[in-house]
Amino acid sequence: MNRALRFLPLLVLIVFVGAVAWRLSSTADEKIASKMIGQPVPAIALAPAVPGKPGLSSTDLAKGQPRLVNVFASWCVPCVAEAPLLSELRLRGMPIDAIAVRDRAEDVAAFLDRHGDPFERIGADPQSQAQLALGSSGVPETFIVDGRGIIRYQHMGPIEPGDVPSLVAQWDAAK
Amino acid sequence: MKGLLTLLFFMAAPALADSNLPPSRWANEQLPDPRQEAEATALMQELRCLVCQGQSIADSNAELAGDMRAMVRQRIAAGERPEQVRSWLIGRYGNWVSYRPPVEPVTWPLWAAPLVLLLAGGWLLRKRLVGRRL
Amino acid sequence: MIAEAGLAALWLAAALAALQLALAFGLGGHQGRSIGTIRAVALGQGLLTLFAFGALIELFLRSDMSVALVAENSHSQKPWLYKFAGAWGNHEGSMLLWVTVLALAGAVVALFERRLDAKTLGASMGAQAALALGFFAFLLLASNPFERLDPAPLDGRGLNPLLQDPGLAFHPPTLYLGYVGLSVAFSLAVGGLIRGNVGPAIARAMRPWVLAAWILLTLGITAGSYWAYYELGWGGWWFWDPVENASLMPWLAATALLHSVNVLAARGGLRAWTMMLALIAFSMSMIGTFLVRSGILTSVHAFAVDPLRGTFILALLALYIGAALALFGLRIAHVKEGAPFEIVSREGGLVANNLLLSVILGTVFVGTLYPLIAEAVSGEKLSVGPPYFDSVASPLALALAGLMLIVPQLKWRRDAKPILPRLAPGLLAALAILLASILLAPSIGLLPRLGLVIGGALVPASLMPLVGRSLRRAPLTIWGMVLAHLGVAVAILGTASDSAFTQERLAVARPGDRVEVGPWLIEFRDVLPIAGPNWTALEAELRASRGSGVAVMRPQSRFFSEPPTITNEAAIHTGWNGQLYAVLGEEAGEGRWQLRLWWKPFVTLIWLGGLLIALGGTLALIGRLFRGRFSISFGKRGYA
Repeated sequence: MNRALRFLPLLVLIVFVGAVAWRLSSTADEKIASKMIGQPVPAIALAPAVPGKPGLSSTDLAKGQPRLVNVFASWCVPCVAEAPLLSELRLRGMPIDAIAVRDRAEDVAAFLDRHGDPFERIGADPQSQAQLALGSSGVPETFIVDGRGIIRYQHMGPIEPGDVPSLVAQWDAAK
Repeated sequence: MKGLLTLLFFMAAPALADSNLPPSRWANEQLPDPRQEAEATALMQELRCLVCQGQSIADSNAELAGDMRAMVRQRIAAGERPEQVRSWLIGRYGNWVSYRPPVEPVTWPLWAAPLVLLLAGGWLLRKRLVGRRL
Repeated sequence: MIAEAGLAALWLAAALAALQLALAFGLGGHQGRSIGTIRAVALGQGLLTLFAFGALIELFLRSDMSVALVAENSHSQKPWLYKFAGAWGNHEGSMLLWVTVLALAGAVVALFERRLDAKTLGASMGAQAALALGFFAFLLLASNPFERLDPAPLDGRGLNPLLQDPGLAFHPPTLYLGYVGLSVAFSLAVGGLIRGNVGPAIARAMRPWVLAAWILLTLGITAGSYWAYYELGWGGWWFWDPVENASLMPWLAATALLHSVNVLAARGGLRAWTMMLALIAFSMSMIGTFLVRSGILTSVHAFAVDPLRGTFILALLALYIGAALALFGLRIAHVKEGAPFEIVSREGGLVANNLLLSVILGTVFVGTLYPLIAEAVSGEKLSVGPPYFDSVASPLALALAGLMLIVPQLKWRRDAKPILPRLAPGLLAALAILLASILLAPSIGLLPRLGLVIGGALVPASLMPLVGRSLRRAPLTIWGMVLAHLGVAVAILGTASDSAFTQERLAVARPGDRVEVGPWLIEFRDVLPIAGPNWTALEAELRASRGSGVAVMRPQSRFFSEPPTITNEAAIHTGWNGQLYAVLGEEAGEGRWQLRLWWKPFVTLIWLGGLLIALGGTLALIGRLFRGRFSISFGKRGYA
């Protein structure tokens, strides 16, 4: 058995240990991020989620100014925690629309009553189809869409106070 | 007794429920055309559930998996090829969402591995046996 | 008290392992004399570790909530069987089980291995002690099962309901006996390489261990697969999940090793290959243990994530496997080659067998780790699942089955006789099945059809070694081989049948509706709440009939409160030609319910095949252990 061959299994071991050590040392990011960053918002036309508020379509997101799109649901517990921060972003002048995933009108209305309503438009997504089209994999998530309808940024999970500066910066960059 | 048990069951249920809406119709109903249903099922077994720990959307009870199944069935019923549906999802979530890895430069070693191993092993064996005629 | 006694026993056992290591490598004087001491020390180590494990079991049976492990994994209301099994249904307990088997294996070798020369045995016992020491350290320093909890909670958190199942209670110990049994092969290989004594003697010492471990692994994997099939509720029986792959890879290596070690013992050939496989088999066991506990692979099977523990085991792995492989590289050139052989011979066939098994092993290894490596190199996440593994492993497995059609009938060293007569029964069966499948089932896929053909051919072919022999006087080892190969044929037929003929029906039905699946007509009667010892459930009543007779099936949606979980309990009706599988899904509104129904013709052949393989192995093991102690010559008799 020649020299190179005798030590080949050892080499395989070294590669294995190296790869695994890399994974152990860097915290694995389990989230599945959307690949639609840099792509135009897919063509969607969602009916209103609550009476009295308009629904959401892709044309509404290409009107010259960047907008936030918050993917949420009334049954989503972390969405409650981020509600005040969404109101704060609204106060800073960032217009926010929403997509309510797998929700009933009365539940959405109750949620908005209890936790505030910073949204201009709320589209109903009862079968997660818009969520899938955006490449979102859970609730809550927040997308920034620029004035020409291109998706520029995805924030996964609830917005926390520490996330506000970077969101504002991303929104500015999208102008 | 029956009432008590039913009550117990429903009391405990909300802690585990996701949304309040029932599953989409096509999440759990088979397409009327058996050939289309077979294509859809084959594709569903190859798509990865986004919110599970390593299951296909065909094998998952999660709501989002159900909605993905509904989407697959509806698109195939509308005439799309399974490959188109798969590509659409890969466009949204990347190659991670397909259990069948793509054939791209990043996966050439993967697809080539069996053949390479076989050939390497075979070469090893030839060196050992050739000089061994009796 | 019990916990402290258990912990003390573990520390003592670890100390004995250190002593054994020192003695084995010459620090205790002349090795020939100290072999007796080494045997005694190994025995002591085994008994102490067994005591510690017994202590843990006792703590679980008593539901002693002052011990952290019991509080986290058990509950006073659990049935006693699951309290018992709960001892190893967690990371620390299962590591203690691992170490117990390792120490006991060493003790058994110490007690019963009398043929191997003292120096080689001493070196092997040293290797075993080195393995034990590392795992003792891991257990005592990073995974102490006997930690106390102060103040003790009133009751525990309960055992995951998925694990509360008799089959699953015994699946881990069976597998661990298998994985860790391979450690003896590893240690013997290390001892042999150190002493330069790689030959039939080492193979004979190794063989019963490899056989026993392989039998247990076969049983454990078969049982695990059947458990997944009936418990998870989707009718699948193998998912190429990373943890499943981690259990398969040692089995693949052990199967190749099993065949290889027989050649080495009987003919003196395949030395390098046998040593390498012996090292790889236990290395795969260790890698599997690591993968499941480190958190680097996502899986429904994985234990709780803990990168720190993962790093510890990784260090142990790198040390042990690295040292062993380096030893192999350095010493294998000094090993004399065995007698030469031609390609068309039993040895040649077994070499091809080893090659195919190694390629399958390598491919499963690459496929399991590829997402990790791809992400490390390119930053991109990808998934490698059943579409890859099925398309790659199936042709290789079928090629292996093809080899099995003829190799067991080949002569050693050189077989010049015509092959066709010996292949005839197999080929005829293959042709018959091919024609039948084309006529009766024209639209099944290529791979399932090949599976039916080759599996069917293998049934008569596996019986051929018995032809021309007196059946009563044929050695048990031959019967064992025949039965094991027959088991492979049966398993392949089951797999192919499941792929080709399964019919699935998803229905949304109201009580009173009728649903059809395959030849069955299912009447959905009612859904009623019921209760069990620690669960409540909604149970559906289904009446299934096809022609005469009615089978009542009661699938459940079962609900546990500690911890809160819902499980699907499938209802399975087993007939002579297949299984009817029913699952109750969710309520779909307006009094309608989801039902999932499958008709799976001949699916039970898959696990029946696995049992036959294990049975064949057991016959061979009994035949080996009780055939007497005379040495086997290198002449024609060879491997009986």
